[in-house]
Amino acid sequence: MATAATQTHKREAFGSRNVFILSAIGSAVGLGNIWRFPYVAYEGGGGAFLIPYLCALLTAGIPLLFFDYAIGHRYRGSAPLAFRRMHRAAEPLGWWQVLICVVIAVYYAVIIAWAAMYTWFSAQLTWGAGNEDAFFAGDFLQSQDVAEVGVSTQFVPQVGIPLVVVWLIVIVIMALGVKRGIGRANMILMPLLTVMFAILVVQSLFLPGAMDGLDAFFAPNWEALADPGVWASAYGHIFFSLSVAFGIMVTYSSYLKRKTDLTGSGLVVAFANSGFEILAGIGVFAALGFMAQAQGTEVAGVATSGIGLAFVAFPTIVSQATGGSIIGVLFFGALVFAGVTSLISILEVIVAALQDKLGWARVRTTLTVAIPLAIVSMALFSTTTALSVLDTVDAFVNSFGIMAVALVAVIIVAWLLHKLPVLVEHLNRRSSFRVGTLWKVLVGVLAPVVLGYLFISELIAKTSGPYSGYPAWFLAIFGWGLVVALVVLALILSALPWSTRSHAKDDPEYDEFLSEEHYEPDAETSTFPAVDTTKGAGA
Amino acid sequence: MTPIAIVMMIIAMVTVWGGLIAGIVNLARHPEESETEPAPPVEL
Repeated sequence: MATAATQTHKREAFGSRNVFILSAIGSAVGLGNIWRFPYVAYEGGGGAFLIPYLCALLTAGIPLLFFDYAIGHRYRGSAPLAFRRMHRAAEPLGWWQVLICVVIAVYYAVIIAWAAMYTWFSAQLTWGAGNEDAFFAGDFLQSQDVAEVGVSTQFVPQVGIPLVVVWLIVIVIMALGVKRGIGRANMILMPLLTVMFAILVVQSLFLPGAMDGLDAFFAPNWEALADPGVWASAYGHIFFSLSVAFGIMVTYSSYLKRKTDLTGSGLVVAFANSGFEILAGIGVFAALGFMAQAQGTEVAGVATSGIGLAFVAFPTIVSQATGGSIIGVLFFGALVFAGVTSLISILEVIVAALQDKLGWARVRTTLTVAIPLAIVSMALFSTTTALSVLDTVDAFVNSFGIMAVALVAVIIVAWLLHKLPVLVEHLNRRSSFRVGTLWKVLVGVLAPVVLGYLFISELIAKTSGPYSGYPAWFLAIFGWGLVVALVVLALILSALPWSTRSHAKDDPEYDEFLSEEHYEPDAETSTFPAVDTTKGAGA
Repeated sequence: MTPIAIVMMIIAMVTVWGGLIAGIVNLARHPEESETEPAPPVEL
């Protein structure tokens, strides 16, 4: 039935549901699980944090995950195409998500490059015991102050060279495609990551002082539950941790076969992600307990997160522990693997979007996307001011990119386009875990309220003074300018016409899917003239 | 570790890892339907 002339390429697909689940877990389990969750939980009441955390997971994380899956699977496209198929005017949402992924990919790669170098340094204890802090900022990054030197162009080879290698590896994975590249990479890296991390946790538990660390991590501080800030941080964390609302899960679920248990798969992904976080919390705090004992302080004095935890505290632990090198190699190796599986999912959002819009083949699109990104990544993050740029871009794109697009997307889809019933219907067609009114309330009411609260509190925090004390011109470019530019560019990209070879205009597979599922034919792609519409096909 | 910390640790493990196991069991009971999916169209 399909028109013969333009039947170019089939949409790629994951080999099986399990490959999809593993890839989605690979995307969700990233650096944040390892270096962010343990500290967020510790600060938010330790064991008591479990309550807001589980609430956030069940009432926001999982519902938003289903929301993304439903959009990607129902409209079978990359983020811009899926939103366009939902409603023409919703396309900018997809491009906004794509552009957020562009920004994240550019700096995410360099953290992987650092972790790769630290895997090597751990084996040699290159930093020299007692010198971990000075080594990271000084010897390794050769950090300079942006207020003094501006955005530096001074190349730092020990960062730049591994960064090139990281880009080459991910370009190869991306060029191989969804099944042979992304799927296979996750099938190899995720089991490896799990085993490595499990060994790391067991080894950490045998360090002296480990139990004090676990005590600090799990001892509940019930008063924390009365603090709205703790609840907000639980929702914020779950939201970032699950990689929802910036196109990844929409893109990945568009590669699922037509008849797939979406919600059943989503539950496994969500609980696997949280399961990994609990494991990371145990491993990290056992190690911090050892560090506190070795330095004769309390766990509170050494607990930290993010770059400080990974590149200062952990090297200190590696220096001091017996068998520290093994801990270091496992920890930084795990960061590399968790980072790579997340980076490829971020890049796939961009590659899939351009493939759909231009109708190009996989390799050509991958190279067109990844080479310019690699160059920008090198230009900004293999120089002496990388740390300041990374810190600023990350902070702004998280709050005013990811969080903002999620807020706008749920409001538009739920309240302007009224598409939640359509998504419920689609989820329930195949899924083992049925959703209904409660899901619609959680996505349409609770999610906008929570995201709105988080967004406004971020806005207040970032406007009350210069972020981290950086100069105004610097924040104007890499902070505010960047996040506004993403929205403007998204509108411009939506205005550009779709190629006649693109999937928006010609997608026999999608038409067949719609007809098989008894959905309305798509106005743009429809190749079923038999459907009696009142007016003839538009020009 | 204090008893309350141990209790919280066990609750955390049981809820999250238990949730994961329950999710996997649920999925295993609903195997993929790919075998029944019609082959992709090959007509030219």
